[in-house]
Amino acid sequence: MTVAVVTFGGSNCDRDAVRALSHVGVDAERVWHEDGLPSDVDGVVLPGGFSYGDYLRAGAMAAHSPIMNDVRDAAEDGVPVLGVCNGAQIGCESKLTPGAFTTNASARFQCESVHLRVENADTPWTAAYQEGDVIEIPIAHGEGRFEIGEERYDDLVAEDRVLFRYCDADGNIIEKANPNGSRGNVAGILGDRETVAVMMPHPERASLPDLGRSVDGQGVLSAFV
Amino acid sequence: MTTYTATVTVRLKRGVLDPEAETTKRALERLGFELDALRSADQFEVDLDAESAEAAADRADEMAERLLANPTIHDYDVEVAEA
Repeated sequence: MTVAVVTFGGSNCDRDAVRALSHVGVDAERVWHEDGLPSDVDGVVLPGGFSYGDYLRAGAMAAHSPIMNDVRDAAEDGVPVLGVCNGAQIGCESKLTPGAFTTNASARFQCESVHLRVENADTPWTAAYQEGDVIEIPIAHGEGRFEIGEERYDDLVAEDRVLFRYCDADGNIIEKANPNGSRGNVAGILGDRETVAVMMPHPERASLPDLGRSVDGQGVLSAFV
Repeated sequence: MTTYTATVTVRLKRGVLDPEAETTKRALERLGFELDALRSADQFEVDLDAESAEAAADRADEMAERLLANPTIHDYDVEVAEA
């Protein structure tokens, strides 16, 4: 099986994603966005980076790249699609997932390790964890504050579509553990179907044991196995 | 056909946090200015040919809806004038 990691101009986590996926036993390769999505892909990753220099809004330009029509079709066919960081911004801008990721409350780029609480373990992306597990994964973003209208937020929660929330080391969902001011400390969500997910933290940066850090991100990537 | 300039102004919905505007406000205060609030907005000037001002406004409206604004966090308005 092959997972396509879509490279846009300005993507910079595409190689990391391929390496991390390979490490968990998933065959993955980079696909240049202008070449379109191969018809036989078994999964899609929208990787992190700064596609189109974050012009207009992070992810806004890439969301309208023609390959996103292929990605949308694949998602509708049930192909798993994961957007990470800039890929999450692209996911929301292209309406694969609800809400928007916008400027951090601090107005600064934040690059640090964070704790996430698994809110729903009954999805392909979180099946490796138990609900309530606290995992450690790094973030690196300037526009990661999850915003969504109050009603739609309530729907998202009611439909159990929040995957991860920022928390402290003990799993408490508190303001102090919220690195970017996201509504409800939300770090990752599902799209209309559970095979589509976006998250701001980087699971591919917490997957290779050689880095000497947490490998808690492997669980997310193993959704493609 | 007439040439129009459509001015699209995109701003955050009221109530949505604007960290850059907050930072700018604090910088103005450091310079000694007194102010109650500051809001930022993006403005796009689009030159286009259309049959009427209404047609030009409709097209600019669709541009805002589909790309220039993100309806989740933004409001926008469109003004059209003959170029």
